[in-house]
Amino acid sequence: MIRVENLSKQFGGFRAVNGASLTIRAGSITGLIGPNGAGKTTLFNVIAGVHKPTSGRVTMMGEDITGLPPHQLFHKGLLRTFQIAHEFSSMTCRENLMMVPAGQSGEALWNTWFGRKRIADEERSLRAKADEVLEFLTISHLADQKAGMISGGQKKLLELGRTMMVDAKVVFLDEVGAGVNRTLLNTIADAIVRLNRERGYTFVVIEHDMDFIGRICDPVICMAEGRVLAEGTLAEIKSNEQVIEAYLGTGLKNKDKIA
Amino acid sequence: MDLLNAFVALANFVLIPGIAYGSQLALGALGVTLVYGILRFSNFAHGDTMAFGTMVVILLTWGLQVLGVSFGPLPTALLALPLGIAITALVMLGTDRVVYRYYRMKKADPIIVVMASLGVMFIMNGIVRLIIGPDDQNFADGARFVINAADWRAMTGLSEALTLRTSTVITIVTAGLSVWALFWFLNKTRTGKSMRAFSDNEDLALLSGINPERVVRVTWIIVAALTVIAGTLYGLDKSFKPFTYFQLLLPFFAAAIVGGLGNPLGAIAGGFVIAFSEVGVTYAWKKVLGHALPDALEPEGLVQLLSTDYKFAVSFAILLIVLLFKPTGLFQGKSV
Repeated sequence: MIRVENLSKQFGGFRAVNGASLTIRAGSITGLIGPNGAGKTTLFNVIAGVHKPTSGRVTMMGEDITGLPPHQLFHKGLLRTFQIAHEFSSMTCRENLMMVPAGQSGEALWNTWFGRKRIADEERSLRAKADEVLEFLTISHLADQKAGMISGGQKKLLELGRTMMVDAKVVFLDEVGAGVNRTLLNTIADAIVRLNRERGYTFVVIEHDMDFIGRICDPVICMAEGRVLAEGTLAEIKSNEQVIEAYLGTGLKNKDKIA
Repeated sequence: MDLLNAFVALANFVLIPGIAYGSQLALGALGVTLVYGILRFSNFAHGDTMAFGTMVVILLTWGLQVLGVSFGPLPTALLALPLGIAITALVMLGTDRVVYRYYRMKKADPIIVVMASLGVMFIMNGIVRLIIGPDDQNFADGARFVINAADWRAMTGLSEALTLRTSTVITIVTAGLSVWALFWFLNKTRTGKSMRAFSDNEDLALLSGINPERVVRVTWIIVAALTVIAGTLYGLDKSFKPFTYFQLLLPFFAAAIVGGLGNPLGAIAGGFVIAFSEVGVTYAWKKVLGHALPDALEPEGLVQLLSTDYKFAVSFAILLIVLLFKPTGLFQGKSV
């Protein structure tokens, strides 16, 4: 699905990602773990077009997508969410979702004056779709709330909802679980698994919560110091010497500490 | 004591001019606020771009006048307006292509872009003076008054006259229509919504598949329309002089900041706050007070708080107060 080859990203003198290579299998929910500063988010940003890589290549289904801007990647079906949830705070949750499928006829200036009927039809189907997504995420009651007013966890759900408004192929989730309570985390995990099974979304998930990773992710990739350290099931990763060293430094080799 | 005459004098010298001036400021401030909200920099070239656009309209108007085209009682400039907007929009898109896009691609700090806009300001300034000269230009034609003083006195028998100039009525009507069209666009169309989304959260807008260059293009076109309309209305109402247009930059920014930068509704409110403060402080209240107060209290002086020479001090003072006490403005814009 996605192949990253020898990717590096340098900020000034600091190499946040340093020759990382990895492959994301189509239809998988791949977990990406690693200590703070391992370069996980930078890797996401480079793949998602926020930063241009210093060197290396990213391909999606054989097509070179290195350095494409985010809105073009979006139209290719590559979506991401943020570590800290983003939303259009002055719009309602429903409007936030309806904002997403950019690029249909309402976009052309010409059509805002002529072809009003077609736009009205589109708006109606978009609205229906947005309501469906809110229903799926069990936040229908928030449809008319301003997105700036809902809780952090609900914003995360809304972000997940954004990916459902279009036919996403691969979705990058940056710490979906951060600052989210257990119950909501379960809702998010269920939504991810269902989207994966029912709609065939491929997910890449950055997460620090190992229970969460263990529950939904296979395989798990561990990064440290800008490189990929190991790949495998969570159990394999947990028993990998190098991984333990990266998390805890040499000398301390208590496997349980990772969890 | 004569309250009716007092009110007529108040309307004639404060309310009507204040509303007209406020509408012009509101349109100008809307341009400033849209650029700030979407392109994220304070456009110092705004006043001189307005001078440029108005100059184009004036040249076209003269052309039409030579051809013998007129718009009946309405000023010919209104006929020249659409083409003037189109030309100015092209120039602004060109400027964006040549200057601002480079800094956008480099993700330059806003202050660097502001400095670039200062450069654009000087260039525009030079171009306008080169083409039309630094002097006053009069391009208003058509009927001068809707109601003139003599008619009013004959109609009402009051000693105070209320005059209503054509340019004032045109200003208010045109500004109203423009604002309505803008808000309809921002709230009802997808392009307008994507502009709002882009202004609200750029990163998310990009990841929602919104094409930033398109949003920027549409913004410049809308800003060109608002600017040229504002400039033409101001020119019809008062007169066109490049330096005056450059000076309008201050009340524009004051209005946009008072209302909350990046907030269109705020820009309109801010425009009227600044306009009424300016007119109110520089107007000699003797006449109104003379009618309104009992004879014994009638003021001897002019009761003018500030000479009109200092009218820009009003914008400055309001700007300072807002920045000190409520930097996000009345309508919670972005803090400066």
